[in-house]
Amino acid sequence: MGKQATRVSYGNALVKYGADENIVVLDADLSKSTKTDMFKKAYPERFINCGIAEADMMCVAAGLATCGKIAFASTFAMFAAGRSFEQIRNSIGYPQLNVKIGATHAGISVGEDGASHQCLEDIALMRTIPGMVIINPADDIEAQLAVKAAIEHDGPVYMRFGRLAVEDVNPTDYKFELGKGVQLRDGKDVTIIATGLMVQEALKAADMLAAEGIDARVVNIHTIKPIDEEIITKAAEETGAIVTAEEHYIMGGLGSAVTEVVCANAPCPVKIIGTDRYGKSGKPAELFVEYGLTAENMAAQAKAAIALKK
Amino acid sequence: MDAKRATELAIIANRVREHALEGVYTAQAGHPGGSLSIADVLTYLYFEVMNVDPKNPQNPDRDRFVLSKGHTAPALYGTLAERGFFPVEDCKTFRSINSYLQGHPDMKKVPGVDMSTGSLGQGVCVAGGMALAAKLDRKDYRVYSILGDGELEEGQVWEQAMFAPHYKLDNLTIFIDNNGLQIDGDITKVMNPTPIDKKFEAFGWNVVIADAHDYNDLERAVNEAKACKGKPTAVIMKSVKGKNVSFMENQAAWHGTAPNEEQYNMAIAELEDRISELEASL
Repeated sequence: MGKQATRVSYGNALVKYGADENIVVLDADLSKSTKTDMFKKAYPERFINCGIAEADMMCVAAGLATCGKIAFASTFAMFAAGRSFEQIRNSIGYPQLNVKIGATHAGISVGEDGASHQCLEDIALMRTIPGMVIINPADDIEAQLAVKAAIEHDGPVYMRFGRLAVEDVNPTDYKFELGKGVQLRDGKDVTIIATGLMVQEALKAADMLAAEGIDARVVNIHTIKPIDEEIITKAAEETGAIVTAEEHYIMGGLGSAVTEVVCANAPCPVKIIGTDRYGKSGKPAELFVEYGLTAENMAAQAKAAIALKK
Repeated sequence: MDAKRATELAIIANRVREHALEGVYTAQAGHPGGSLSIADVLTYLYFEVMNVDPKNPQNPDRDRFVLSKGHTAPALYGTLAERGFFPVEDCKTFRSINSYLQGHPDMKKVPGVDMSTGSLGQGVCVAGGMALAAKLDRKDYRVYSILGDGELEEGQVWEQAMFAPHYKLDNLTIFIDNNGLQIDGDITKVMNPTPIDKKFEAFGWNVVIADAHDYNDLERAVNEAKACKGKPTAVIMKSVKGKNVSFMENQAAWHGTAPNEEQYNMAIAELEDRISELEASL
């Protein structure tokens, strides 16, 4: 099994799928970190550095899109969804323009940079925008295929990538389907629904639970919006208890999206793993432990959810 | 421009003002002051300058226009209606529940609107993106945008002020509607954006000063913009907020206030008088 940071997958995929003359990649002075420098090297005439000016970048991307371009606007998640929220809402979301936001360095796994750069609210912010597609890929192949899907989808897409290398969770012949969750492991006692970097931990949690005789299903939700209602409802009906896990605030993220579906279709206990406080500096592995974003906590919360079953 | 054409444009611009006021009056909501101040430049752009076709509003090679000061949509709708993009009668449906004429321009709903705007500072950046697209595609269409002078207080305007000269977007021309007033009053007292000309010059723009209500002056400005290579152009238009409705002129209070019936009738009567005089002089 390989290991790759999904921001690197983003850079690779932009080169791999970026031959279309209509694709333009924009960055805000972070191309070495977001890995759009790979695209810059391959297609320098279609790479636009906007300088440290994210608000302008989002609107320039919108303008390019009105003229038929597929505009990728890249920066850290904090400055994409955070700083430029209103530009995305009004100039990209409202007119449903064909802009793809490549948001890297999402989540607490940014590590040492600390709270100012650990974006834990981007999913919540982007979920409020009607028509916005949100993809939070779990591994290299999924991230690359997400970029391809974003190119093929007509309309705004927010892609969430990480700085930290992540283990492969999908097979090499993996087929990515926008808006469809992936059941990585079947189970009947509880379902762990995870996204992004947390998917690899969810698989480990299922192993831990299996050792205790608990049969846990694992579902990877890479597309948080539009969310796969079918796979979530099925999990609620068949396992009767759910744990969600994400590198994000508890409010408004995957956990909220899942509970909205579960409450409407098949109410059952849902334990949401996330945080409700700012991040801090530290090594990603240390931060995961401190913030409860571990397989151990997923297993513990799974048991707590099972205990709540009627 | 010959005097006859200038008079014809002035007549159209006053009709645009009537449509704008009709919409604001009917809705009892909207922004008359800034709409009246840009009626002349909108008329000049849509009737003399821009390559646009009401029968083919999505033509990829058309010139683009972005109303960065989106709250003055009534003037844009009046101009597009006069130009034939949709029936002039629809202007009175402005801001009403079943109308496509939203309170601020919506490119998905209104034929001829190239970008949805309303949140200040964003439109001019979008216009920069459009101008960049033309450069990337080696197309010769041009991009025009109108900003308010108060809008210059938005920080992202200056992000684009750096961007457009950096990428040598000489196909981009922006007009600053320098009427000197914003909601809370005199722009120099609320948050002084002056000297506007020196700022744009310092950012690397070709700067032209023009009278917003003089077609010959606007023509000179646009010609200077077209002749300037390697730099975007900022036309700083000295304008009168509330132009041609005497009781609204130079009054910040008319920024976002709808006229009552008496005021509306007075305004239309004044504009009709102006149109009659202009027609008589043809």
